Amino acid sequence: MAEAHPVGFQWVMEARKRGAKVFHVDPRFTRTSASADTYLPIRAGTDIALLGGVVNYILTNELDFREYVLAYTNAATIVSDDYVDAEDADGLFSGFDPATGAYVQDSWQYAGHERDSGSGHTAMDRETAAGLRHESHGAPISGQVERDETLQHPRCVYQILKRHFARYTPEMVERVCGLPQEKFLELARAWTQNSGRERTGCLIYSVGWTQHSVGVQYIRTGAIIQLLLGNVGRPGGGVLALRGHASIQGSTDIPTLFNLLPGYLPMPHHAQHPTFDDWVDAIRHPGQKGFWGNARAYAASLLKAYWGDAATPDNDFCYDYLPRLTGDHGTYQQVLDMIDGKIRGYFLLGQNPAVGSAHGRAQRLGMANLDWLVVRDLFMIESATFWQRGPEVATGEIVPQECRTEVFFLPAASHVEKEGTFTQTQRLLQWREKAVDPPGDARSELWFFYHLGRKLREKLAGSPLPRDRALLDLAWDYPTHGPHAEPDAEAVLREINGYDVATGRPLASFAEARDDGTTAVGCWIYAGVYADGVNQAARRRPGHEQDWVAAEWGWAWPANRRMLYNRASADPQGRPWSERKRYVWWDEAAGRWTGHDVPDFEVTKAPSYRPPEGASGPAALAGDDPFVMQSDGKGWLFAPSGVLDGPLPTHYEPAESPVRNSFYGQQGNPTRKTYRHPVNSINPSPPQEHSQVFPYVFTVSRLTEHHTAGGMSRTVAPLAELQPEMFVEVSPELAELAGLTHLGWAHLVSARAVIEAKVLVTDRLVPLRVDGRVIHQLWLPYHFGFEGLVTGDSANDLFGITLDPNVLIQESKIGTCDVRPGRRPTGPALLELVDDYRTRAGIVAGSVPSALTVDVPVERPGEAEGDR
Amino acid sequence: MVDGDDRSERRDPATGAGWVDAPPRMGFFTDTSVCIGCKACEVACKEWNGVPTSGLDLLGMSYDNTGALTANSWRHVAFIEQPRPAGDPEASSAGSQFLGMPEPGPPGRTGSAEGRSDFRWLMMSDVCKHCTQAGCLDVCPTGALFRTEFGTVVVQEDICNGCGYCVSACPYGVIDRRVDDGRVWKCTLCYDRIGAGLTPACAQACPTESIQYGPLDELRERAATRVATLHERGVPEARLYGHDPDDGVGGDGAFFLLLDEPEVYGLPPDPQVPTRDLPNMWKRAGVAALAMAAGAVVAFLGGKR
Repeated sequence: MAEAHPVGFQWVMEARKRGAKVFHVDPRFTRTSASADTYLPIRAGTDIALLGGVVNYILTNELDFREYVLAYTNAATIVSDDYVDAEDADGLFSGFDPATGAYVQDSWQYAGHERDSGSGHTAMDRETAAGLRHESHGAPISGQVERDETLQHPRCVYQILKRHFARYTPEMVERVCGLPQEKFLELARAWTQNSGRERTGCLIYSVGWTQHSVGVQYIRTGAIIQLLLGNVGRPGGGVLALRGHASIQGSTDIPTLFNLLPGYLPMPHHAQHPTFDDWVDAIRHPGQKGFWGNARAYAASLLKAYWGDAATPDNDFCYDYLPRLTGDHGTYQQVLDMIDGKIRGYFLLGQNPAVGSAHGRAQRLGMANLDWLVVRDLFMIESATFWQRGPEVATGEIVPQECRTEVFFLPAASHVEKEGTFTQTQRLLQWREKAVDPPGDARSELWFFYHLGRKLREKLAGSPLPRDRALLDLAWDYPTHGPHAEPDAEAVLREINGYDVATGRPLASFAEARDDGTTAVGCWIYAGVYADGVNQAARRRPGHEQDWVAAEWGWAWPANRRMLYNRASADPQGRPWSERKRYVWWDEAAGRWTGHDVPDFEVTKAPSYRPPEGASGPAALAGDDPFVMQSDGKGWLFAPSGVLDGPLPTHYEPAESPVRNSFYGQQGNPTRKTYRHPVNSINPSPPQEHSQVFPYVFTVSRLTEHHTAGGMSRTVAPLAELQPEMFVEVSPELAELAGLTHLGWAHLVSARAVIEAKVLVTDRLVPLRVDGRVIHQLWLPYHFGFEGLVTGDSANDLFGITLDPNVLIQESKIGTCDVRPGRRPTGPALLELVDDYRTRAGIVAGSVPSALTVDVPVERPGEAEGDR
Repeated sequence: MVDGDDRSERRDPATGAGWVDAPPRMGFFTDTSVCIGCKACEVACKEWNGVPTSGLDLLGMSYDNTGALTANSWRHVAFIEQPRPAGDPEASSAGSQFLGMPEPGPPGRTGSAEGRSDFRWLMMSDVCKHCTQAGCLDVCPTGALFRTEFGTVVVQEDICNGCGYCVSACPYGVIDRRVDDGRVWKCTLCYDRIGAGLTPACAQACPTESIQYGPLDELRERAATRVATLHERGVPEARLYGHDPDDGVGGDGAFFLLLDEPEVYGLPPDPQVPTRDLPNMWKRAGVAALAMAAGAVVAFLGGKR
């Protein structure tokens, strides 16, 4: 955190000054480790083994916050008789379908709800990264569930959890993670001590944690611990994701993702959602408990905002204009499609995939096979010049004179040269003013898209073709100002907030959204940011003029609520758990919820409220169900649906690992997303042969001095000079083993690429003893590329393409490699070297290792065929 | 009379330099125990003061690619990788070997104490000390170096003639000539900012309040409290550097809380202003001259005899 988020880290330092104990878990000793009380070196990719160890420590010693767990989580809920845990099937849960490599989730459901998982089959969900839509709400559960308040029932979640993690002992943590038992126990003790009525503890991760083939389950494990310790919905608790850029939260809320529309409404699928009603019902699940019951109003209002007068109840608000998903349109599928000539044009904004994405060579080869490419950036980045100066030009794979892609480079305005909002990790929108005009031809994104839309509409004006109606019917009428006709960003914010169509009055909250075409809302979860016609995101009342929650600084979605699920900060009866941790509570006299924050609960629903038989929507949630966006109002220790690779996190080795999974026969995540493509070779891992060809583990991350792919730091002298060259960090032991010398050159080889770097020999990396073997880990910064003031080979070139099944994020924090002293070869010799490694590793072009390394238990007749 | 002046200058060098009704002496307290090595100070300094690049060289000195305080680096963050904490007798010799890998057990379980977690990565943002008795200022023949009303020492770039006397007069090796223009440059404690009531750029940018700016008296009190707190919390190695008005430079306007001996950070353990002995030297030279003269007189008188 100190390394990648130094400004936010000031609060950790402040907490430390007040006596907080800081633990840091990382494969290498970083600037964060230097400032932590305890540093725990870990083998990259073993986080679930470590965190599962903590879960086991909690349950074995009964250190869970029992009152909270019983009332607010699904610990007492009884799970279906059909459920078979991974512990009992060598690493596979029940319902695995070898034909698709995905799970049928029926057997994971609560008892009596076996059919609640919809089709139950998750193969399609994986294609569309369906897990992403759960960022704001859980998966559906209808009706009432069976519970055992004594937590003794063998099929209650609590007992299942206990059995599932029983083998995650301190000994196993040491064996798998390479982490000394005492250090692990120190962590487990400190974490569990910050639990209960008086105390809370907080888990912070940076988004590198997600970039694994089991990434979502890493975070699930952290969430399970926090739920068991009562650390969710309470001040000082939580699972906090530190985003990688200023508004990454904003770019999922109002998404730049293929499968989502604003406010986590799913992009419709051509087969599943042929009509508006099909689509809306798939979101709101008629009869379901919780707050998604009003999805029809959010969806209708969004389409009304898009298509204005043209959108009416009679034409389903122009639902047919919305593009449809046909499968996986994720960024990696797209790149492979580009290589295969299936995609002709590409817009690249604020992104530098030639350096920043996994498998840089695939990225560059893909971009070199387009008709046109538009790059908008502050600087001339690698993704704009790959055809001229990229590594593939040196190897002869791209010939500048013959490269068919026509690249248009458009200079972009920086964040100080345009106005708008940032949405940060706390869901807080903060308005920023324009400080200076952008130089020369540089323009804002808002300007670019508004005028692009305007020009396209002008070109299409009068077109009789039905396909052009979607563009021509758009409500595209933003006021502009200044010499360049810059659109008014506040007008856009007003549309995002939503307004009453007849009067233009901005909505005060999403509760005012209607499904009859009388309201237009650009992003329903942001409704309220422009309440009363005031830009609430621009509020800057100083901290010393308000209480510590600081509700008048910026605006947080939803409803300016600073902490989600804060009903859990009070006990089931609605009283604060303790004076010290008082946050939101039930005021009996006034008959309403009150506190320091906006209560995340129906404000007059008493703690004693019990839903009547047959209730649905919010009314079906009881007065002590704090997790109001979950369909059963509970925090999910066990996820009957919504997570595609298992209802509970399970340790799987990374897709590339030098060691065998010590827990199960199943080596890696059996449902991970793989791509069979000649460009995408994957290094072998046990139990496959030849894994020793790539004996070392490498991991990559950021340096404080640089920003992501380097486009904004390698181009700026005061930053570039602070880390002026690509390097690789190795332990003294590995340096000796591999013949590397400090400040000498080394080159690293994977099945995809060979890159070179200067060597830094440092004690900050240590070899780890894993399962009786010594494992060496190397670390590289991923900031370097061939443009800018300082240049170097790109670490991400080493990675192959393997994705998490839930959200299709790439595994770009761990791979295996070989390391050799000296510089890499150049020209054709470079390709020959990589080829040679592939041959030695037995890699066949166009194939990927089987994700399945155990026999699938026969569950239903007819499904065990083709078991490979 | 001379002694009295000396004391008042120690308390308030601005008054000593002739300022009337000078504001309180301002300075830096750099608390290295909370430094996270982000180098925001280096960047903010360069941006505000328009300091040119100091070169694009990978130095291999941990994460320090700045190397030293120079004419083109007025803040310098040092990174020191220490296998063992201060005070451990094996610290200097053990090197990386203490990790003991791969035999016989996992890291942290071999050798003494707790092994790996004893590793320390010290970070320290160094800067011009703005000495109470500033050698650079004493030797400057042109008056380019001067004492500001805030008690800081600043070079006037339009007066400096590049003679370089000050370079050898600085006991810390801070002030430095710029190769291309020959003049000397160093930290001004953001004279332009503090005169306008602003905080110096580095302190403003520091996210963890490792660099604190303020009246020196206040900073010294704060520093003493901080050291006491750290001692209470089991950090006995915490100590101040440059805070003592009785040291060889009369105390620094920019002083530090360190977690090890000054030499570990590349700081002189006992800095002495080279001009400190000048009065005595002149006195002795005078005495010697008088003795010579007396001798000559004696010789002359003797010759008469």
